Amino acid sequence: MTAPEAPPRRARRITGIGVVLVAVYGILALAATGRSTVQILTDFSEAPLAYALSGLAAVVYILATVALVAPGRFWYRVAWVTISFELLFVLTVGTLSIVDAQLFPRDTVWSYYGLGYVLVPLVLPVLGMLWLSRHRPASEEIGS
Amino acid sequence: MILWFTIAQIVVAVIAGVLATALGLARRPPSDLSLGGAALVGVLLLAQVVLAIVGPAFGNAPSGNPYEFWAYLVSAVIIPPVAILWALIERSRWATVVVGIACLSIAIMLYRMEIIWTVQSA
Repeated sequence: MTAPEAPPRRARRITGIGVVLVAVYGILALAATGRSTVQILTDFSEAPLAYALSGLAAVVYILATVALVAPGRFWYRVAWVTISFELLFVLTVGTLSIVDAQLFPRDTVWSYYGLGYVLVPLVLPVLGMLWLSRHRPASEEIGS
Repeated sequence: MILWFTIAQIVVAVIAGVLATALGLARRPPSDLSLGGAALVGVLLLAQVVLAIVGPAFGNAPSGNPYEFWAYLVSAVIIPPVAILWALIERSRWATVVVGIACLSIAIMLYRMEIIWTVQSA
């Protein structure tokens, strides 16, 4: 039995339209991080719940961007978990912002199902899940 | 922010975005046309930076949180050069699509910035 001389090349997950997905998550991560950092540092008492969610959104988007790019089964699962949470939050915060607007004196990226961002926050996790379900990592990967 | 200029920027960004996205989906690699649109968006954003700095001296100040406004504007200004550079390196049709998506994202950010400047209270 021969041992491989070098680790087998991992299948590069990001090809074609996945690149676009990563780009959108990256842009959202950039914008959400800038915005939530400023909100939390300068204005937190105004709307603590909204701004905390803003910060959470930034973390989720950063994590999703990284998880989509990084190869291997571990990051594949992280991507699934992150994007699932993202969808859960969009739906939950979106619904809450409608039935109990008092909770959010300031808008968050997930308010009204992301309406203030042309519903991108709502559609994106769905597209992400579709993409993930069609791009499982190669099963013959060592050590993942 | 000045409303007509914001609208003009959004129009340019949407046109540049739709154009680049369509070109990319039509399997074209990045070209002068697709990148030129993004470059125009970037130049207009730089003009927007100047307006935002100078505005308050002329009584045109944001009604919302200025730091939040600047967080958006700085994020937006970074995007065109990064997208163009990346497209020049990657040179695939998906890179063209990414440039288009970047322009459309900037259109959305401009809309959010206008809201922070005019509608939101600090």
